[in-house]
Amino acid sequence: MSHVTTSAELAHDENAVEGSPDMTPGRRGFIKTTLLGQPQAIVGLVVVGVIILIAIFAPLIATYSIHEKTGPIYAPPSSAHWLGTDDGGVDMFSLMVYGSRVSLEVGFAAALVAMVIGGTVGIVSGFLGGWVDTLLMRITDIFLVIPDLVLIIVVAAIFGRHLINIIFIIGIIYWTSTARLIRAQVKSVRERVYVQRARSIGAGGNRLIFKHVLPQVAPLLIANTVLTIALAIFLETYITFLGLGDPSSISWGKLIENSFLGNAVLNDAWWAVVPPGLAVTVLILACTMVGQSMEDALNPRLKVGHLAVRRFRMRPLHGQLDSE
Amino acid sequence: MQRGDYILKRTLFALLTVFVAVTLNFVLFRALPGDAVTGLKCHNCTIQFKTALRHDLGLDKSKWEQYVIYLKGLAHGDMGTTFISHKPVRGELWDPIKKTVAMIGLGTVFSIIFGIFTGVISAWRRGTVMDKLSVWTALAFYSVPTQWLGLMIVYFVADRVGLPHGGIQSPDYGILGNPGTYDFLVDRTEHMILPALTLGLVLYGDYTLIVRSAMLETLGEDYVLTARAKGMSNWAIVWKHGFRNAMLPVVTLIALSLGFVIGGAITIEYVFDYPGIGLAIVDAIDKRDYAFLQGAFLVLTLSVILFNFLADLLYFKLDPRVTT
Repeated sequence: MSHVTTSAELAHDENAVEGSPDMTPGRRGFIKTTLLGQPQAIVGLVVVGVIILIAIFAPLIATYSIHEKTGPIYAPPSSAHWLGTDDGGVDMFSLMVYGSRVSLEVGFAAALVAMVIGGTVGIVSGFLGGWVDTLLMRITDIFLVIPDLVLIIVVAAIFGRHLINIIFIIGIIYWTSTARLIRAQVKSVRERVYVQRARSIGAGGNRLIFKHVLPQVAPLLIANTVLTIALAIFLETYITFLGLGDPSSISWGKLIENSFLGNAVLNDAWWAVVPPGLAVTVLILACTMVGQSMEDALNPRLKVGHLAVRRFRMRPLHGQLDSE
Repeated sequence: MQRGDYILKRTLFALLTVFVAVTLNFVLFRALPGDAVTGLKCHNCTIQFKTALRHDLGLDKSKWEQYVIYLKGLAHGDMGTTFISHKPVRGELWDPIKKTVAMIGLGTVFSIIFGIFTGVISAWRRGTVMDKLSVWTALAFYSVPTQWLGLMIVYFVADRVGLPHGGIQSPDYGILGNPGTYDFLVDRTEHMILPALTLGLVLYGDYTLIVRSAMLETLGEDYVLTARAKGMSNWAIVWKHGFRNAMLPVVTLIALSLGFVIGGAITIEYVFDYPGIGLAIVDAIDKRDYAFLQGAFLVLTLSVILFNFLADLLYFKLDPRVTT
């Protein structure tokens, strides 16, 4: 799950270093060009939107309480229980509805943490250059190689079991790819004529960053964050499945774990196993579609080439070690 | 840059990464509230006993001294003793790792072959129904939570194809006399197929997308156009000119994905009750056996670093143009 995101990001990395002049379309046309022009992105947005609405209006949609037994154990789907009941006799449909809340919460919050850390490091690194850049990029290189899923298990086993901790753990481990992507983009933006002009008029570092560089980098940062949301949701199910999740909150990941621990398979209760995993898959797929089409739209190099539809060059670690 | 410089650089980077991983391993586990002795629960654990035990384990020394002792121990291959069974961690790790390597090997080989095949065909026939179908299938497998796919396979596939649900050998194995080597291998393989298939399917999604992107890029190069102009057959162009060049990014990305392979193997072994390193890790999390967890983290991290280093060298061999 983690590295396809990485691959796409690395691709950008290289592109930006080579410096294609107009990578980012005008700010106003951002939403139009990146999202509405592509059927993939629209489908993805609609799916994510529907899931967000379900999460917001969960108390209105859910048919039963999720904290008490409202039917027999592993009752099959019926008109009373649309998705049957789980190993505790709790209504699966209501669990699924409430589960969307925690899954989205973790996904968005963790991606936000990763965006803030990765964005800051990327901008500082790319803008300042020099030894700061070398140091920061060496760190991201190292974290690219250390197996993240194993690291996250260890960190979660030591610090975690509360939702807030899990959010921060995911965010703190997954900022590195964002940082590399943003850094490469900042490096190319920094050299553009309008930034040089602003600098020659006497604009200070802060003004250059916030007024001139950040707005140019923002769309890519958002696209990357959307992809990180998908990753964070995946990781939440992963951590939870290993028994490291927050015991008090019901997420889709938790429902998968419950179905496993409750031997739903042996009890022939497909309704307890299939829905949570399917929901996670659909949500991740939707986020990936949105994020990917945004990245594609922001990167015109993917559209050139006489035979290729997508066109990028990947040289991940190399070229990063020798910072210019 | 010379070949020797490149190898030296990659070696230094690998060593630096190893050092960071080793240090991280020390710092993370020392960040636990209390130490190994605090959590000890037994009838005759008096304060005097605990103080003596702390002294024995060297926990009453300063953190720096502990760090030096830890490094010295590691240099001699000493990773401490497990909390639960009080055996050396190194010995406890070996057996499960052997079983995991067999399973991961089978799954990875399957996914690489299948992923390359579908990726190449998909890029070759881009834009066709077959390409779309292939990309969507890959995306679906890429989005699916690994543990849930495992549960689905146990639930829907295992019985139909007559393969075991889990474990590593049949319950009646060895009861009727001593089985021969052939029976042993057949039994082991039967138990390995489904976990390996699960891992293979998840990875296949990733690899197809990577191979397809890399292939699309190379198929857009001028030398492909030249090859066509020369009148070479499509087959020869795709495999000789396209694929051989597309191998470069693929090798790096597959090496980088190894961390994910191991992470995926952990949940898969849990689902299939396959007694490899993943199941041992889940067990250690459950019992709070941090010594074992620490050893496992170290061994897994070091092997991923090693494989990435090898991939770097291979990359150089595949592409002599690499200059950094």
